[in-house]
Amino acid sequence: MLEIRGLHASVVGKEILKGVDLSVAAGEVHAIMGPNGSGKSTLAGVLAGREAFDVTAGSVTFDGKDLLPLSPEERSWAGIFLGFQYPVEIPGVTNATFLRAAVNARRKQRGEPELDAVDFLALAKRQMRLLQMDETFLHRSLNEGFSGGEKKRNEILQMALLTPRFAVLDETDSGLDIDALRVVAGGVNALRGPDRAIVLVTHYQRLLDYVVPDRVHVLSAGKIVRSGGPELAKELEAKGYGWLTGPAAKPATTKA
Amino acid sequence: MTNTTPPSVPHAPPQDDALERATTGEYRWGFVTDIASDTAARGLSEDVVRFISAKKGEPAWLLEWRLKAYRHWLTMREPTWAKVGYPKIDYQNIIYYSAPKSAGDRPKSLAEVDPELLATYEKLGIPLREREALAGVAVDAVFDSVSVATSFKDKLGSLGIVFCSFSEAVREHPDLVRRYLGSVVPTGDNFFAALNSAVFSDGSFVYVPKGVRCPMELSTYFRINAADTGQFERTLIVAEERAYVSYLEGCTAPKRDTNQLHAAVVELVALDDAEIKYSTVQNWYPGDKDGKGGIYNFVTKRGACRGRRSKISWTQVETGSAITWKYPSCILQGDDSIGEFYSVALANHFQQADTGTKMIHIGKNTRSTIVSKGISAGRGQNSYRGLVKVLAGAENARNYTQCDSLLMGDRCGAHTFPYVEVKNPTARVEHEASTSKIGEDQIFYCNQRGIRTEDAVNMIVNGFCKQVFRELPMEFAVEAQKLLAVSLEGAVG
Repeated sequence: MLEIRGLHASVVGKEILKGVDLSVAAGEVHAIMGPNGSGKSTLAGVLAGREAFDVTAGSVTFDGKDLLPLSPEERSWAGIFLGFQYPVEIPGVTNATFLRAAVNARRKQRGEPELDAVDFLALAKRQMRLLQMDETFLHRSLNEGFSGGEKKRNEILQMALLTPRFAVLDETDSGLDIDALRVVAGGVNALRGPDRAIVLVTHYQRLLDYVVPDRVHVLSAGKIVRSGGPELAKELEAKGYGWLTGPAAKPATTKA
Repeated sequence: MTNTTPPSVPHAPPQDDALERATTGEYRWGFVTDIASDTAARGLSEDVVRFISAKKGEPAWLLEWRLKAYRHWLTMREPTWAKVGYPKIDYQNIIYYSAPKSAGDRPKSLAEVDPELLATYEKLGIPLREREALAGVAVDAVFDSVSVATSFKDKLGSLGIVFCSFSEAVREHPDLVRRYLGSVVPTGDNFFAALNSAVFSDGSFVYVPKGVRCPMELSTYFRINAADTGQFERTLIVAEERAYVSYLEGCTAPKRDTNQLHAAVVELVALDDAEIKYSTVQNWYPGDKDGKGGIYNFVTKRGACRGRRSKISWTQVETGSAITWKYPSCILQGDDSIGEFYSVALANHFQQADTGTKMIHIGKNTRSTIVSKGISAGRGQNSYRGLVKVLAGAENARNYTQCDSLLMGDRCGAHTFPYVEVKNPTARVEHEASTSKIGEDQIFYCNQRGIRTEDAVNMIVNGFCKQVFRELPMEFAVEAQKLLAVSLEGAVG
C-alpha cells in the first residue's frame, strides 16, 4: 500500500531523514520507535505533505501512485490520515463544525451527498460512545482548553469519522493515563482491517501492549536501523535505545 | 486622551485653500441658485445649502439649522488623529446635491453592469430581482420588495411606529424631528458631522412610541423612499419609554456608487426602559486590489441612553470602504443604562479601518461592553480606537472591553488605541486584548483533514468573529459570514 524508498528530507536546510526505506502492506500495523530527534515526526509530516519539510531525494508511493506531488488535502482525500502529536486549537470553531467540515470535504470529493447537521451528529455521537467521550466535546471550541488526553482522544475520534485507508499516529500515546491509553488503543484496534494500514509512531512499548503491531522499526538519526516483529519492541524496552543507537551499536538495515 | 474625541474646535482659524476659497470667493464661478436644476453646482457655499433645503421644500428652521452647521464647519479643520492616510479631499470639487438619477442615466439591464459586481452578487446568493435594484438598473415593473414594504408599513403604522425617509419625516412629523435632530450629535460635533448637518440629503427616521415593541426588524432594505441617499445620509431613531426596536442598516451586497466621500450621521435616543439594537453591515466599494478607488466612509454614530434602564446596542460588520472612520458610541446618561458595541472590521488589500467606540458613563450603575474583532489581510491596516469614560457622578460604573486582532500574512497591520478616563473610584473597567495570526499549523491541520485552505480560513475567521455574529439577527449573521468569505478571497495562499 505504502512504499518509501531512499527518502531524504530536510527542515530549514538541515537534513533529518537520511534514506528511509519502508513498505507497509494493507491490513498491517507497524510501529516506528526511536529516541527524540531521530526523525519520527518528520517522517509523519512528510507523509502528510507538511510544507516545512523538503523532500530532497527518494520516493513515496501510495497504492502505486506517486504521493509527493499531492497537496495535503489531496492526500487526505486519497485516504491518508495523520494523528497529530500536538493537535492545534482553533478558537470559536466548535469541534462539531470542524468535524463535519472534514467529513463533508471528503464526501464531496467522492461525489457523496454531504451530511446535514442531524445526520452528522448521530454519526459522531455513535463514535463518541465507543471512545467514551462526553457529548459536550462536540460543542467546545476545537481542542481549545482540552487536556492532553482529550486532544488525543479527539484525534482518534477524527480518525474514526474519516475512516482513512492509511493512518499515521504521531505519538498519540504520549501523555495519556492508562485509561485514556486503553480508549485510544481500542480506537486503533477498531480501525484495523484488511483494507487499512496503520503506522504508530511512538516512544514507548506501552501502547504496543494494547495494539500488537505486525512489524516494529527503529528509527535513529534519520534511518531505520532495525526492523523486526513485536518482540523487538519488548527487547528495546528492556535494553533501551542505546542498544541500537549508541556508539557500540552496528547499523542494520533489515528490510520489513 | 483628548484625541479620541473628534475634536470640536469652534474657533480654529481658517487655514486651507479650499476653505479660503469657500469663505471669500463664492461668486467666483458665477454661482446662481437655480431651483429648477437637478444638480447643485460643484462646491460648497451657503447658496448650495439653501439650494438643497429649497429642493427638499424644508421649513425655515431646518434651513437655519443647516446654515448654522455650515458656518460652524467653515471654522473647523479636518481631523488628522486617525491612523489613516488619504489624499487631501477638495471639498470644493464635490457635488453636494443631485436628484435621483432618471431611468435614462441608468444601465438598461444587467448586461450593462460591471461583470465583477455581478459575480459578487452571485457569490452572495442575491436573488436576481434584487441584483437589478442594487446595481441601479432602471426597473419598470414594481418589484416584489416594494409591495412587501407597503404592507409592512401599514402594519407598523397601526402600532404608531413611524418608519420613513428623513425627508418624509420632516414633512409629516416636523415636531419630532425638530425635538431630537442634533440632540445627540450637535451640528458642530466634529468636522464630518458638521458637513453632514449642512448638506445631508436623506436617510431614515424611526419613532417607536411609549410601550411599543416593534414586532419586526426594521431594515433599510425595505425602505422605498430613500433611494440614492448614500453620500450624506442622516438617520434618527427615537424609542420612547419601554419601547423596543431592532434596526438593520445596509446590505451585504456591494452597491454601485460613484460618490467617493461618505459622511453619515446616525443619532439614537432611548428613553426610560427603552432598547435600541442597531446592526450594520457595511460593504461599500473598498477599491480594487491595488488600492485604487474605494469609498471614504467618515461616519458619526452615537446613541443617547437618556432614560433609566435604557439600552443601546451597536453591532457592526465593516468589510467595505477604502477608509473607515467610525466610532458608534453610547452616552449612558440614565441610571442603570447599558451600552454595547460589537464589531467586526476587516481590512484587506489596501483598506484602512480606524474604528471603535466611546462609552461615556454619566449615570449611576451604568454598564458597557465592548467586543471588537479586527481582521487584517493583504496590506490592510486595522485600528481599534476606543474611549471608556467614567464621570464623577457615575457610581458603580462597569465596563468590559475585549479587543482581538487577527492577522493574515505579514504585510498587514493591527493597532489598538484604548483610552480610559475614570473620575469615580467605584468604577470597574476591564480591558483584554489579543493578537493572533492565522497560523500555518492551523491551515495544515485543516488541510490534513481534507478541508481546503480557503474553507479553512473562512472557518477560522468565522470562529474568531463568533461573539459578534451571534449578536446579529439570524439572517443577517448568515449573510455576514458569506460576505466575510467573499471579502477575504485570495487573502491566504
